[in-house]
This record gives sequence, structure tokens and C-alpha cells, in this order.
Amino acid sequence: MLCLGIEGTAHTFGVGIVDSSRKILSNVSRVYVPRKGGIHPRDAAQFHAANARSVLDGAIKAAKVEISDIDLISFSAGPGLGPCLRTAATAARALASWLDVPIVSVNHCIAHVEIGRLTEGARDPVTLYVSGGNTQVIAYDAGRYRVFGETLDIPVGNCIDVFAREVGLPQPGGPHVERLARDGKKYIQLPYVVKGMDLSFSGLMTDAVRRHQAGGDLRDLCFSLQETAFAALVEVTERAVAHTEKKEVMLTGGVAANSRLRRMLNLMSKEQGAKFYVPPMELCGDQGAMIAWTGILAHRHGVKQRLEDTMVKQRWRTDEVDVPWRESRK
Amino acid sequence: MTLIKKGAEANLYLEDFSDVLYPSGAGKVIVKHRISKLYRVSQLDLQLRENRTALEAKLFADAKVAGVPSPAVYEIDLVGMRLVMDFIEGKQVKVILSSLRPAARQKLCRLIGKQIARLHKAGIVHGDLTTSNMILTPQGKVFFVDFGLGEYNPSLEARGVDLHLLKRALQSTHFNIAEESYRDVLTGYTREFGEDADKVIERVEEIEKRGRYIQKEERAWH
Repeated sequence: MLCLGIEGTAHTFGVGIVDSSRKILSNVSRVYVPRKGGIHPRDAAQFHAANARSVLDGAIKAAKVEISDIDLISFSAGPGLGPCLRTAATAARALASWLDVPIVSVNHCIAHVEIGRLTEGARDPVTLYVSGGNTQVIAYDAGRYRVFGETLDIPVGNCIDVFAREVGLPQPGGPHVERLARDGKKYIQLPYVVKGMDLSFSGLMTDAVRRHQAGGDLRDLCFSLQETAFAALVEVTERAVAHTEKKEVMLTGGVAANSRLRRMLNLMSKEQGAKFYVPPMELCGDQGAMIAWTGILAHRHGVKQRLEDTMVKQRWRTDEVDVPWRESRK
Repeated sequence: MTLIKKGAEANLYLEDFSDVLYPSGAGKVIVKHRISKLYRVSQLDLQLRENRTALEAKLFADAKVAGVPSPAVYEIDLVGMRLVMDFIEGKQVKVILSSLRPAARQKLCRLIGKQIARLHKAGIVHGDLTTSNMILTPQGKVFFVDFGLGEYNPSLEARGVDLHLLKRALQSTHFNIAEESYRDVLTGYTREFGEDADKVIERVEEIEKRGRYIQKEERAWH
């Protein structure tokens, strides 16, 4: 069975084709880059609409299949930005009705976990999913993917990007902050906020920007920002590992590119006696293959939807999704 | 040194008073050791462990002053990052709650509610109200034995979250009696806290209605 998955929750419009024998045949994306400032939902959606056809053609061609070979369409129904989600959903519905094949809506966050489980062979990990749009600690427990910790305000990727923008670094800011942080020598105390299992990064971002305006050394600030934000992420992940007694830790999302964060999680995993996994970067970021694979999982386990049930859900929570494929094989 | 609990943040050891403190003393003590984390820069690591060790000791002391049984702290070691405190003999509320007779359970839950109200009136929120953090002694007292996530916060929101966490803990570990137990906790809470208790309880309901805890059927975003 071939599934074509469409991702379109935020910056990325992606199409991936995956077969039911766990093989990724193609994974093509185009990424919207705002001319200035942050993402503008309507501009991003227009970008997706304008590029949908070429991305789709590219994915079909790269997979060396015909569009008529596709047996199933899946798409990212949330969480994400409304205009982007609706554009991806429209493309998915049009394809499914034209090809006359079933359609499945997929939760974006769960797809990140599932593609990691597919490629890395992690069976039951505690997953730290960190990107510009999401920050969650996810683990399977009692029939659902549960959120064991999450940000109360801005995602960690957004914290770093906005800081970078405010201090005049090019976008996306993550790699620049990481590079400068390597030359940082002095740790500057910044707000470290862990509330129970949850995190907060808005105060950290504001304080780091303010200290830069007050003449603080940019390299030291990048270093301190990373150390503070990542220590909080690792602490909450560690608590989830201790609580669930799971033996695997996985890192995914765009911020997974950061080598300092990887090293910290690796150290924590060793201390907890857990194995540490990071999918290849092209599968950590947003893309269609994860949507396609999760679509196959759902479809194979009896998830059936009519076109009219494929509404997008901007605030679709990880812990609301039925995951029959996890229940049936422990 | 007997390790009795290995947490994410700290290890708990059960030891003899005479070994840890003075040779003339008797009985058992708990040593709570906040462990260093290799993944953190040392400055941040020290800062967090020191702040948290000192804060927890202060919370234990102030809880006692507020009339909430909690272990006496004998030693605050801000170099070794250890707290030495009383070992409270008794039974974890988690273990016994479901097997109590209804009348005894009601009494216990009301007492727990009363003690939470006392903490809140003293400006303290516990931060981790689960039945595994409460010890019922043979004398019928309930000790709160872990303030590791506690803080001084008099806001309605923090108090609401505190009660909400307890409700969730009851639902997950004492499923069949969660509703009545929580109701009894609220009765005890209201009697002690006074008329403003309604505002806190309203806030709990509001917190539940926020995205995170809402039931699928109640959502309307299409």
C-alpha cells in the first residue's frame, strides 16, 4: 500500500510517499521564508498553495510511481496555523476524491514521534519534541500519547529565533545562536522556569534581549540562553523518564539540530540508563513522510474518515488522539 | 546508607540519627540529596540545587508554623546539597486510601483539605499534591513529606493548580473513589479557608476547561 502524506502546519509544505513495508519512497518539501519578521499565516498559506503542485509532482517523480498508484491520502490536520492547515487539507481532499481513495487526518506532533519510531527503531520512547511551533515531552501511557510537560507560553525554537532577530542575527536564528554560543565563556544567570512538569521561555527571551541591549556580550548571552533553556528541557524530560520508567529517549523537531542539546540529552539518558535516539535531521523537521507513515498506521488499524470529517483542528492536542496501532501491539 | 528512592532530582536515604547527626540521638532520619547533573553547566547546577535545597527547608518550616505536619529539618547542607530530616513512620495515603471505610476516608480527605487550606493561607503552594507525598501516622496525623516543587505564591491561579493536581492524582491512582474523595477534600478546604474558597474552586474548574484538560466532546473549534 502506498500512502501520500501532505504536511502543511506552518512554514513547510511537504509531500512524502511511504509504503506499508516501512519504506520512504520520497519526501519533498518547500519552506516559506518570511521577508521580514516572523511567519505570517496568510502569506505562508499562499506560498503553500502556489507550491503545492510542484512539490506534489516532485514527490511523485522522486518516488518513481504514478499518481494512480497511490492507495491512501493523509494530511496534517493540526495543530498549526489555520490558513496553512486549510490549504494542505484542501489539497488532500481534492486528491482523495479525484483518486477515489480513503483520506486520513494525522496529528502533526504524533507524526513526529511515529517517524522517529519507524527510522530509529525506538519502541516506546519518551520524546522531546522541540521546534519553532511546539515544545512537548510526549510518552505513550494508558492508551494515548500523553503530554508529560510542555511550554506554558512560547516554544523554545521561537524563544531562540526571536532572540536572534532582536539582536540582529539572520533567520532562522538557531544555527547562528549555536555557533556564537560555542565562543561564550561566561554563564550569565537568566530566568530558569520549570513549573512542575511545565516550562516557560518568554521571560528568558525578554531578559536575554534586555541584557544584550544593556551591552552584554553576545557570545556569552547565546551560551547562557542555550544552557538555561536546554537545562530546563532536559530536566522535564528526565522527570518524565523517571516517572514512566521508560528506557528510551528520543529528540525530534527543528531544534534537534542543536548539537549542545543532543549532548545534554545523551548525558541525561546515560544517567537514567536509557537509550538515546535522534532521527536524521531531514526527518526531524516538518515533512510529508511522517504524515504518510502515520496515515498508514491509522488506516491499517481501522481509522476511517469521510471527507466531511476532515476538518482541520488548529489546537488539536496530542493527548486527544486515539492511537489504535499502539494499543494492539505493546 | 540505604537508598529508598531514586528520583529525577534527588535521592532519598534512610539512615540512623546517630550516624548522621549526634551519636547520642536515636531513631531514623531521611537524607534528601539533590544530585549534580552532568548535563548542566556547573554554575547553573549549583544555583538550582542550592536554591531548591534552601527553599524546601524553609517550606517545611513554614508549613509547620502554619499548622501542617511536616518533617522537622535537622540540617541544611548547602555545600553537599542535603537536607537531613525526620523519618515519618506511618502509611502512605496512596496505599491505604482505597481500602479505608467510607467514614474514615471522609475524615482523612477532609483533614487533607484542611491542611492544604492552611498552606494556601500561609502563602505556600505545594506544587506536587499526590497521595504518595502524604503519610498517615498511627496518631492520625497526615504529614506532607515533599516540598520539592513547592513555592511561595499567593495567587489564585497557583492555588487552583495545586488543587487541580490533587484532583488529577486522585483520578489516576484512586479512580473509583476519586470523585467523593475530592469532594471531601474541598469540604475540608472550604471550612478552613473561609468564604474565598469558592473563588479557588471556581478557578480549578476554569483550569480544567482550558485546552489541555478539556474533553473531546466539549470542544468546538470546527
